[in-house]
Amino acid sequence: MPAVTGKLAAASLALALIATSTSTASAQKKYDSGATDTEIKIGNIMPYSGPASAYGIIGRTEAAYFKKINDEGGINGRKINFISYDDAYSPPKTVEQARKLVESDEVLFIFNSLGTPPNSAIQKYMNSKKVPQLFVATGATKWNDPQNFPWTMGWQPNYQSETQIYAKYILKELPNAKIGVLYQNDDYGKDYLKGLKDGLGAKAASMIVLEESYETSEPTIDNHIVKLKATGADVFINITTPKFAAQAIKKNAEIGWKPIHFLNNVSASVGSVIKPAGFDNAQGIISAAYLKDTTDAQWANDAGMKAFLDFMTKYFPEGDKTDGGTVVGYGVAQTLVQVLKNCGDDLTRANVMKQAASLKDFRTEVLLPGIKINTSPTDFAPISSLQLQRFKGERWELFGDVINAEAGG
Amino acid sequence: MSAAEEAIAEGHEAVEAVPKRAMTLGTGTSLVVLAALLVVPMFVKNFIIFQMTMLLIYGLAVLALNILTGGSGQFSLGQSAFYAVGAYTSAVLMEHANINYALTIPVSAVICFGFGYLFGKPALRLSGIYLALATFALATAMPQLLKLNFLEHWTGGVQGLVVTKPDAPFGLPMSQDMWLYYFTLAVTVAIYIFSVNLLRSRSGRAFMAIRDNEIAASSMGVNVALYKTLAFGVSAGITGVAGSLGAIAVQFVAPDSYTITLAISLFLGMVVGGVGWLPGSFVGAAFIIFVPNMAESISKGLSGAVFGVLLFLVIYLVPHGARQVAIFGQQLVGKLRKN
Repeated sequence: MPAVTGKLAAASLALALIATSTSTASAQKKYDSGATDTEIKIGNIMPYSGPASAYGIIGRTEAAYFKKINDEGGINGRKINFISYDDAYSPPKTVEQARKLVESDEVLFIFNSLGTPPNSAIQKYMNSKKVPQLFVATGATKWNDPQNFPWTMGWQPNYQSETQIYAKYILKELPNAKIGVLYQNDDYGKDYLKGLKDGLGAKAASMIVLEESYETSEPTIDNHIVKLKATGADVFINITTPKFAAQAIKKNAEIGWKPIHFLNNVSASVGSVIKPAGFDNAQGIISAAYLKDTTDAQWANDAGMKAFLDFMTKYFPEGDKTDGGTVVGYGVAQTLVQVLKNCGDDLTRANVMKQAASLKDFRTEVLLPGIKINTSPTDFAPISSLQLQRFKGERWELFGDVINAEAGG
Repeated sequence: MSAAEEAIAEGHEAVEAVPKRAMTLGTGTSLVVLAALLVVPMFVKNFIIFQMTMLLIYGLAVLALNILTGGSGQFSLGQSAFYAVGAYTSAVLMEHANINYALTIPVSAVICFGFGYLFGKPALRLSGIYLALATFALATAMPQLLKLNFLEHWTGGVQGLVVTKPDAPFGLPMSQDMWLYYFTLAVTVAIYIFSVNLLRSRSGRAFMAIRDNEIAASSMGVNVALYKTLAFGVSAGITGVAGSLGAIAVQFVAPDSYTITLAISLFLGMVVGGVGWLPGSFVGAAFIIFVPNMAESISKGLSGAVFGVLLFLVIYLVPHGARQVAIFGQQLVGKLRKN
């Protein structure tokens, strides 16, 4: 066990250092490069061009939200200077842009950079430079690893916790299920699959009858659905991105396969998946959610949703309100503003990480009721709860309690 | 009219004939450029040094394509595949077998040479656009091959591999970035001299004979099949070295880094730099690295369109790329001297 004790000793030493450095700094103003009396410089990297350019809207929403904050007087009197660069979802370009942000623009930290491969490419660099890589926009489970990567933190629930929640539900309600899984053959699909297997535990081998994978380059996944039906599975775990999810829902109805259908949160959008697939075909589908869906009628009179829609109309009128990316951008930007408020006048990189790791029951208005953001020095997964929902009529109906599933990296 | 000018005036074919003396810079100019490359890093930030390193690396990859297309007249849209093989060879050797980074580079060169040579065999039956398509297929297939399950233990699958950046040896007082830059510069200069000599040698003349007229070349006794595959091998080998250096500089390899976009960028760099003009490779590399950044600073939402317009302007105004600008400059200097 010497390695473990060594790590523990290093971690406690680091914590002790943070504690001493902040206790002396509480009274006076303290800055690292990127922060001054009037400005906080924040870097961001988004795929505005290239294969994942649809996600670029998240960065544009964030820019709009920070403009709103600046118009309202900034954070503790400091304006946000949001510098967002394009990496076209290409890891070498991400490295170049991250280095430009840190070494040339001298930002205080990098916020919400998007995608698993781009963030993997800069993780080591950011941690060796001790510059926060805060609230990365990817659901991979590996971002919650404060011991090895104390400068990297995720935001959204990680993929593994979501399928663990499905597994919990299946073990409780459908103990004799025969499960067929369809997943995308990449890190995202495999992460989800791992969560499911971990959640089912020893019963995984006997319950899962078929693990079927597809490539994003395939035009249609119809043949995979037919194959899954042929196994006689009565539970279908659908780990697909929006286009394929809509195809799967449609094909299920066409060939008359009626399993209990679990659809991953990635594709739970009413506007971009369920509606195109047909409401009739989607009745009874189960999914999990943590954000309110703008296309869902039940939030029409919700105060939080109204605040979001007002923001969109005033600061980002050209943005698509029904695109889930705008809700995510808004929610994550609000979380960051809270962290910066908590930092007070101590805008050092260490304090930004410290405050990000001490959020207690924080809520942004776009989270589902009952879901709260909690972090600690050993828990770098801000949102780790989800609620199950079932599709009925033309909207999702939440059911059961908010379920917490912690999965470490 | 100089020979180079004639070449431009007559250049109607896809790859026009470039006489071998027009392929390089004069000795004096070369030394000035080299001195600048040696001195500049001492006065700039690490980030700029990193960008200069990337410029040399992409420059090498474009140079490799230039030997293939400008030298032997064969097209390739598959350079990203060779680049990926080189990058992964270094990454896997460094991270799994703990081999010194400098030693992985010759290994990459050999593996990629073999890979390119073998790929050149079936490619013999194809020419022009058909060859371009076949290599295009190679570039599209590569990222998916790297994700294959049975390779995942080595390649890290979609997650890629993180590469450790080497420190300066012998306790030299320089940053990792600066050391890597000088290391890359040394490799680049060596390969550049090798390439210039290759094109001036008997093999180089054979490449150019094939480029200019295959039938004439074979009737003169040039082994067309051998030299065509050899050109592929050399080009792939140099690209592999560039890939290795790229992996070490970026400290990360992942399938998404080596998509067809990279191959097209390299192709674009060659055209902008001037097909067949070796120093132009580095001008082309500068174009593919810095112009997208410029386009982004002009308009974030329309960066692709701005890039397109800039590229269009270059192709329209100086269709022979940097070479044309260089020749124009040379003439200007010549005139000034006469006056």
